[in-house]
Amino acid sequence: MSDVIDGLVDREYAFGFHSDLDTEFAPKGLSEDVVRLISAKKREPDWLLEWRLDALRHFLTLEEPTWPNVQHPPIDYQDMHYWAAPKPKGPAPKSLDEIDPEIRATFDKLGISLVEQERLSGVAVDAILDSVSVATTFKAQLAAAGVIFCSFSEAVQEHPELVRRYLGSVVGIRDNFFATLNSAVFSDGSFCFVPAGVRCPMELSTYFRMNAAQTGQFERTLIVAEEGASVSYLEGCTAPMRDENQLHAAVVELVALDDASIKYSTVQNWYPGDAEGNGGIYNFVTKRGRAGARARISWTQVETGSAITWKYPSVILQGDDSVGEFYSVAVTTNRQQADTGTKMIHIGRNTSSTIVSKGISAGHAQNTYRGLVKVLRTATGARNHTRCDSLLIGSGCGAHTFPYVEVKNDSAQVEHEASTSKVSDDQLFYCRQRGLTEEDATSMIINGFCREVFDELPMEYAVEAQALMRLSLEGAVG
Amino acid sequence: MLRIEHLTVAVAGKAIINGLDLDIGTGEVHVIMGPNGAGKSTLANVLAGRDEYDVSGRVEFDGRDLLALTPEERAAAGIFLAFQHPIEIPGVGNMYFLRTAVNAVRAARGLDEISARDFLGLAKEHMARLEMDPAFLSRSVNDGFSGGEKKRNEILQMSLLEPRLAILDETDSGLDIDALRAVADGIERLRGPDRSFVIITHHRRLLDDIRPDRVHVLSGGRMVRSGDHALAIELEAEGYGPTLAAASA
Repeated sequence: MSDVIDGLVDREYAFGFHSDLDTEFAPKGLSEDVVRLISAKKREPDWLLEWRLDALRHFLTLEEPTWPNVQHPPIDYQDMHYWAAPKPKGPAPKSLDEIDPEIRATFDKLGISLVEQERLSGVAVDAILDSVSVATTFKAQLAAAGVIFCSFSEAVQEHPELVRRYLGSVVGIRDNFFATLNSAVFSDGSFCFVPAGVRCPMELSTYFRMNAAQTGQFERTLIVAEEGASVSYLEGCTAPMRDENQLHAAVVELVALDDASIKYSTVQNWYPGDAEGNGGIYNFVTKRGRAGARARISWTQVETGSAITWKYPSVILQGDDSVGEFYSVAVTTNRQQADTGTKMIHIGRNTSSTIVSKGISAGHAQNTYRGLVKVLRTATGARNHTRCDSLLIGSGCGAHTFPYVEVKNDSAQVEHEASTSKVSDDQLFYCRQRGLTEEDATSMIINGFCREVFDELPMEYAVEAQALMRLSLEGAVG
Repeated sequence: MLRIEHLTVAVAGKAIINGLDLDIGTGEVHVIMGPNGAGKSTLANVLAGRDEYDVSGRVEFDGRDLLALTPEERAAAGIFLAFQHPIEIPGVGNMYFLRTAVNAVRAARGLDEISARDFLGLAKEHMARLEMDPAFLSRSVNDGFSGGEKKRNEILQMSLLEPRLAILDETDSGLDIDALRAVADGIERLRGPDRSFVIITHHRRLLDDIRPDRVHVLSGGRMVRSGDHALAIELEAEGYGPTLAAASA
């Protein structure tokens, strides 16, 4: 087993390349001028600029939170760019074929061919590079079904009334330090609107790529499913290897009206830093959904990247009989730190929530589950089931669980199960006796541990997630 | 096929096997009996390659130095161990596990991978013979299986992997009559001129069905007596007492 642990240190990040794009930056630092510049770049209406400025003024009164179970040197919010975009070469592309070949090549290298992709995979993709969306595929087909899927900037131009109605309706500008920062400086992101009664005809997906150095990424995603609508959405993320830390502070808001269903899956593979803990992304993200009567919101996340992950995809179970789900695999190796979990806020009657969290730690990593189950006085008949399993590889890592339960209604049923285990020598020997190499055996055991969560991913991505897990723990055995 | 010479095994400085010799010819079925703590399971684990022991001596398998091989190389060479306590692997489907194991061993022997479809047919055929419900294939490996189900699952794996040398560590312990018969039938079906068995057991019952070539008594880390099927009958009647007394005299 000691070889196993040593090997973990040697993992390599496959997406660490940097593309040589001619990039335009906002000056470093955070100020009203920078916010005005971002808003002007995006030709935003006045109400949105005011909204941003309101957030900025509030942000300047806030202190960075210290309660997460993570450690990092202080972040200098004045020493980074809040806007970076590849410089346009000539007029805006009218079709995918006209996109800057360098940008296309970047996504090709990531395995997301924007042109091929449209023909082959049947998944609509919004591709975001640094602060801007560079392409959205399958738009015409989606429009035929009444589904709007575009970059956030485009939505502000084309569907301002929808954006204005729902922006900040789930995560307000005063929500928390990082969400407030995002509200002031958010650049791009995806917007999705599925009208009443429509089942979105294909998987939607956004691919986030950070390329420029010394730049933060602050995207904003808003998904609205009207009454009886349903949509499944996936985000993927990568970034170049750099020895500086980069901040990624995103906000995702989901609105599921009565009888709607939103399934949101994340495969997060931001650059995690090197073996000594230099560099890597600080992934400080606020994700929350609001569920109407009989609506269902399901979060599935596979978190393998980032130097620090801080996120709690949550569901406000507002309508009666609404359902919230959270399925998570968080893998930390080397010096990575993760403090992640969920919040389930039960307001409506007979609301139910399920939490399944699988934390895997190796090397010197620290992996924390933090979750809140809150049952309000109104939530008669609320039910929650929580399972937190931690798997430790080696003896230098840590697993922590902070479950918070607040119940104000006697009829609620809240269950919490937790376990901590190791990949046992018995399991490894059993598999090897049957002919598997130590590496295959380890990978099989870990995938088994994560099975319940992988089963929740859309088919295409379940395979990708397993491959990613294997890559993340590559060299885990020798 | 298997030649063990002066095998000595210790764990944390404590000797468990002391200069053991054993010769197993191709196609032979050998039984190892002996009191608890005699070193039977240790011997099985050492032959399969478990690495928590200090091992000296020589073990030759089909002319190769067995002790120099990793567990997976031994599996590929044709050594199979039916575990006394089969291990649970939550979340890993039995079908997937079995097929991966069969393909790993096939690849090491230079054979093509067997497809999922062909494998399913093959597995179902073997399971029917072992009177196992096909639903086993979709359950996680040994997870939540009863004792008898786990043992049948070991025999299923043995049948699919077609080993050269199968070592069964108390596979017959704790089984009801039907399960015991299924295990005995599984062994009988595999028995052949190219395949040898080492069967570790406490009970004569299985041996009445199988009729071994040799029966050995292991005590204090070495073989104290060897004989044929009649020895197993004698031991059941008289216990280990007289044999061990004679050995230490």
